[in-house]
Amino acid sequence: MEKIKLTIDGMAITADRGKTILEAALDNGIYIPHLCHHQDLAPAAVCRVCLVEVEGRGHTISCRTPVEEGLTISTESDHLNKIRRIPVELIFANHDTDCIACTRNNNCQLQRVASYLGLERDSMDRMRMGNIEKPIDTSNPFFDRNPNRCIYCGICIRTCDEIQNINAIDFASRGYKMTVSTFGDNPIADSRCESCGECVVRCPVGALSPKTTMEPSRSVKSVCTYCGVGCGVELGVRGNSVVSVEGDRDNAVNHGSLCVKGRYGFEFINHRERIRKPLIKKNGKFEESTWDEALDLVAKKFREYGKEKVAVFSSAKCSNEDNYVIQKFTRAVLGTNSIDHCARL
Amino acid sequence: MLAIGTNTTKAHPVIALQLKAASRNGTRLIVANPKEIVLSRHAEIVMQQKPGTDVVLLMAMMKVIVDENLQDQQFINERTENFDEFKKSLNTFGIEYAEKITGVPGETIIEAARTFATTKPASIFYAMGITQHSHGTDNVIAVSNLALLTGNIGKPGTGVNPLRGQNNVQGACDMGALPNVYTGYQRVDNPDVKKKFETAWGVELNGKNGLTHTEIFDDAYNGKIKAIYMVGENPILSEANAHHVREAIEKLGFFVAQDIFMTETSILADVILPGASFAEKDGTVTNTERRVQRMHRAIKPVGDSKPDWWIAAEIAKRMGGKGFEYAGAEEIFSEITSLTPSYQGISYGRLEHGGLQWPCPTTEHPGTPILHTEKFPREGGKGKFMPLVYRESAELADKDYPLILTTDRSLYHYHTSTMTRKVEGLELLDSEELLIINPEDAGKYGISSGDMVVITSRRGDVRSKAKVSGECPPGVISMTFHFAETPTNDITNPALDPVAKIPETKVSAVKIRKVV
Ligand code: SF4
Ligand code: SF4
Repeated sequence: MEKIKLTIDGMAITADRGKTILEAALDNGIYIPHLCHHQDLAPAAVCRVCLVEVEGRGHTISCRTPVEEGLTISTESDHLNKIRRIPVELIFANHDTDCIACTRNNNCQLQRVASYLGLERDSMDRMRMGNIEKPIDTSNPFFDRNPNRCIYCGICIRTCDEIQNINAIDFASRGYKMTVSTFGDNPIADSRCESCGECVVRCPVGALSPKTTMEPSRSVKSVCTYCGVGCGVELGVRGNSVVSVEGDRDNAVNHGSLCVKGRYGFEFINHRERIRKPLIKKNGKFEESTWDEALDLVAKKFREYGKEKVAVFSSAKCSNEDNYVIQKFTRAVLGTNSIDHCARL
Repeated sequence: MLAIGTNTTKAHPVIALQLKAASRNGTRLIVANPKEIVLSRHAEIVMQQKPGTDVVLLMAMMKVIVDENLQDQQFINERTENFDEFKKSLNTFGIEYAEKITGVPGETIIEAARTFATTKPASIFYAMGITQHSHGTDNVIAVSNLALLTGNIGKPGTGVNPLRGQNNVQGACDMGALPNVYTGYQRVDNPDVKKKFETAWGVELNGKNGLTHTEIFDDAYNGKIKAIYMVGENPILSEANAHHVREAIEKLGFFVAQDIFMTETSILADVILPGASFAEKDGTVTNTERRVQRMHRAIKPVGDSKPDWWIAAEIAKRMGGKGFEYAGAEEIFSEITSLTPSYQGISYGRLEHGGLQWPCPTTEHPGTPILHTEKFPREGGKGKFMPLVYRESAELADKDYPLILTTDRSLYHYHTSTMTRKVEGLELLDSEELLIINPEDAGKYGISSGDMVVITSRRGDVRSKAKVSGECPPGVISMTFHFAETPTNDITNPALDPVAKIPETKVSAVKIRKVV
């Protein structure tokens, strides 16, 4: 990859050709305030917050301008901040600012931009449009859509379009009435949305938030247990429960993407109906037993019936190690090759 | 790209993302599926062939390609054999004949053939819509003929890509959970292989092929098999002609089920052993692209449950088995790699840096993303064209059973939904079976969306709510098999493909009646 040299705030940095000024800055640990930029999406340049000053060109939108050899850029001036403040104050004026009740508190791009710029209460009060509370869409079983927290960055819309190619949502109406809406403004559950949650993980604020949010205390890499695609997952664990699943961005199969089952289908793991003890049927009813009792009984029965009378089904849901030991047991101990699985279906 | 017999957006959603992205970036996509599927929206050419007529469709496309001299002659000369024989077998597949049998307009077939042959590289994706037929092997051969004919094998962006259903189907097969092979497809009837495993395991082994899963149930039914050890499967919902499976299990002297939940099948067991879920164990799985990936244990097993390998090893030890003292999954994996050439170079250490695609014969080998780049795994190393004839599905629509039932999947459930129906939200999004029926057929039977319908085949009947929709063409209805309340596989056709022994769940003749 060809390297480009440029200067940002007096610091000499290098960036790959094709990167934007914003990406080059962020990659080098320089924060430029921004709202509508997302690393997985094409630049939209709608929020106007990432404005910088390029020597010889004046004000420039950094998320849409590619780096060039020798550019000299400054990201900070009173004048820049004054311009940046206008769109942010407009957004904040009617934003639901009950941050404590928001799932994204302390992890919110709007909070970050606002504290970087320092907003002015007077001008926000001037811009507020009375009390326009928009209804919250709770129809999806996995996430809620709260338009009162929306910042109109369009990241969810572009995710559903560019990454998912589903196009379940788009902007509707203008001005203060603008919302992210489905076809016919139906609840999202009645739209063509596939509940993949890709928009939810990318929403920079709390407008899209999962219904159950428990901060995990550690995360463990594994592989989704549903289909043969084999997406990499990061299981979020708290105590002895799996409380969240995220796509593993380092995984070469899915690069972080997941479908609805992979992302939200983990409740079964700690489900109350999990079989927790070996069960032996006595007089037509299952009774709990110890492992020793159950295993001894199984071993005794299999020995009684002997060769060619016992067959084994292994499972396409189990690991390679499980399948290996099960077939070894079948062949080396039961003395038969009658082992199969239901994978043909 | 040709996607045939795969409802990818539902069954393999994240692969579908890649197909959709490719089509957005200008890749030309051809979709062939009896139903109108979501992927069709992204396709340049859509063909809705009648269920069970894939061979005719593909052979007709190939006839067009040969007639118009669009084949990759250099590839055919250098890398394949039997082309002339194959070419002769194309003669019967004229365009009018194909139009009549498949129901796809002749011009569309011609257009698809030309597009596929003249756009390079091209790849083919297929899934259960190709394999679940009494002539599923023929379907797979037809697909591979097409790839050979157009030279689309062994180069980036080409190839035949079967999309495997369950998360570790590939791995279960690789590990020898099959009646005729040990790990890595080493044949049980090969004396050298037998010797190798006898030395490694320190026991005498049986050199005779075992029974396949349908044969096991037949023999259980006939009283020849007396006991079954079943791990993590729910055949009472998933097998064609599930009645038969239930009766077979009921005749057993002893039935052990190992699972994480009580299922329609495990409830019949004499002993149930609680297995641990994927989140509770270390191990590896192998995905549909032969990529071996590592799962890490995230939590300790729920309740007293145990990893499946531990349970099998304990039974083995109690029966006097030697060589089952495993300290953990990694030790088992080392034993696997020492006995399996295609896995030999893989280790837990290497997998920490990402998955590896087998064959991976040495510890320096980077894995093999593309198979058959230089030669095919046959004697002589050449790809062989196979002549084909059209064999009809075992059941066709007739006077008594005028409709064809085909099976499909839902995005929100997985297989027999043992796991997904325990997830409240997935259950809310999709809580009951819906029979999809074309408006024309619905009109004939006076059925509207929401009506209850009884679906009857030669094997029994089930009930389902109806959804009237153009997704299905006239004459074809479709259902899933995710719901115990509507056990669709009670009525599907167990007719087997003679080679692959896969039942024909994709084509069953049925009649329907509205419940009043
Ligand atoms: S959940 Fe997925 S399908 Fe639904 S709106 Fe978001 S990105 Fe689109
Ligand atoms: S996340 Fe979806 S596509 Fe990926 S492996 Fe799981 S079920 Fe398959």
